[in-house]
Amino acid sequence: MFSFCTDPDTLDTARWFACYLTSGKHMGFYASFGTVLLLLAITAPVALIFGFGGAVAARSRFLPLRLFGQGYTAIVRGVPDIVFFLFFVIALDQAFEWLRHKVKCPDWDQPIRQGSDFIVCPAAKLPLGNAPQWVHESYGFGLAVLTFAIVFGAFAANVLHGAMRAVPHAQIETAEAYGMTERQAFRRVLVPQMWIYALPGLSNLWMILVKATPLLFLLGVEDIVYWARELGGMKTQIYAYPHPDWRLWYLLGLLVFYLGLTKVSEVMLGRLTTRLSHGQATLGGDAQRKVTPA
Amino acid sequence: MSCVQTIQDYALRSIGIGERLLPRSDFTLCEQFTLIGSGLIWNVYFGALALFCGFFLATGLALMRNSHLHVLRKPSEWFIFLFRGSPLFIQFFLAYETFVMLPRAGIEFHLLGAGFTAGTGWLTRAWAGALIVLFLNTAAYSAEIFYGALRSVPKGDIDAADAYGMSGLSRFRRVIWPTMLRLAWPAYTNEAIFLFHATTLVFFSSFPAWQQKGDALYYASYFAEKTFNPFIPYPIVAGYFIILTLLIITLFNFVNRRLNRHLPQVARRRLKIRPQVIR
Repeated sequence: MFSFCTDPDTLDTARWFACYLTSGKHMGFYASFGTVLLLLAITAPVALIFGFGGAVAARSRFLPLRLFGQGYTAIVRGVPDIVFFLFFVIALDQAFEWLRHKVKCPDWDQPIRQGSDFIVCPAAKLPLGNAPQWVHESYGFGLAVLTFAIVFGAFAANVLHGAMRAVPHAQIETAEAYGMTERQAFRRVLVPQMWIYALPGLSNLWMILVKATPLLFLLGVEDIVYWARELGGMKTQIYAYPHPDWRLWYLLGLLVFYLGLTKVSEVMLGRLTTRLSHGQATLGGDAQRKVTPA
Repeated sequence: MSCVQTIQDYALRSIGIGERLLPRSDFTLCEQFTLIGSGLIWNVYFGALALFCGFFLATGLALMRNSHLHVLRKPSEWFIFLFRGSPLFIQFFLAYETFVMLPRAGIEFHLLGAGFTAGTGWLTRAWAGALIVLFLNTAAYSAEIFYGALRSVPKGDIDAADAYGMSGLSRFRRVIWPTMLRLAWPAYTNEAIFLFHATTLVFFSSFPAWQQKGDALYYASYFAEKTFNPFIPYPIVAGYFIILTLLIITLFNFVNRRLNRHLPQVARRRLKIRPQVIR
């Protein structure tokens, strides 16, 4: 990056580090922090949508839909989430390929499972065998996002279902007395009010989601843990920047990153609680009313 | 090979008793159930020991956090923030790298004039290293729960203890501590469940499975990798863990009933399982 970086062997310590920390591989490492933040930015809203769908399904009058909603929220409780992560990534991949196989190669006569192999016709492969590298990487990332969204959607569904039940029932009755249909009352009264009741659960969930991001590494995405292990490993003299095993320091860096992320989230969520409490019939809302004169 | 034979060969495989080689091809359902179940021994070992040891450290940390003294409160607050604010996954990695960096020959230290050499090799092995991480982690989470409960011990209880002339240790042991446990128990049950779930991370973080002695998930992923079929081994793990979770709930419910036995029936708090997945 700097002009004096051409021959690292001759540099003094400060310059050596300046060159070392701006090498091409380190840029990849810094970019992977972006990957983690991108995952959080995509997963959180998608999981919320899944959760909302699950909660609405669990309240439904239609029995199969209700059973589906309740089953979805119930199943993730008793099982370690990492099992889901490992399961869904392969299962989703195979499900997509199988569907494409059914559509694209209807006249394929061999079985898909041959012993220990899962074989679909070449046209149904995901991503296609001749696809460029970035397609493979984003497909992997997309699968990871979907998996995260399914697992965290179930937890969000649980939280939102509870929040919907916490909204005082009299409010909905009032809305109906004003002539609103059930659907209108749901949209205009229940949904705007449920967030304050959902917030403690959702903030807890956000903290868990933040702390779940290193699992990306297990799903085969080149995330910060991957880079920290890659860069920190011992480098011999054949590398431009030889150094002993520094993985400990890289991982300490990650630890600080996560602690910082937790702290920032705590502060932001605290502010959000204050805002959402405004005018609500809760202890927090009452306290605000007493401080600010009407 | 019959299923009884398989059970004889592999039921204790995860602790090194029985057949040395894992099955390589033509996996039967029986083999999958047996091996994954055998791996569950490790999950129970990690979970039970970490929970038991963590309980005492957590009580101490909660008391420190509740103290007026700055020197006691701050370290406890930092410890809890450090372990609750970072992913367990990173903690495992970090601990492993630290243990590996310790000198292989052992650390020499002098005590009462005599020299000792403490070996450090065992720390890099999962049974000790991962257990230490899990122990510290669960202590931090439980300490936060106990601290919350400690803050909500009714003032009247303490006044009553004072009126009886209790103070110091006896007041703590006979009044504050039982009430704290009673209040914290539902949340602590959740903590226990998710600690057991967290034990599946051990062999997926950096601690290597020595001689293929791993936990339930380790064997499940072994099968999934070999057969490329996730639909059998992972539901088996899931089934085992649901059974384990139900066992924990039953056990903790038993304690919960004992802790609440002096209360009228209606006032007893039922255990409620809330999600708190990864740490």
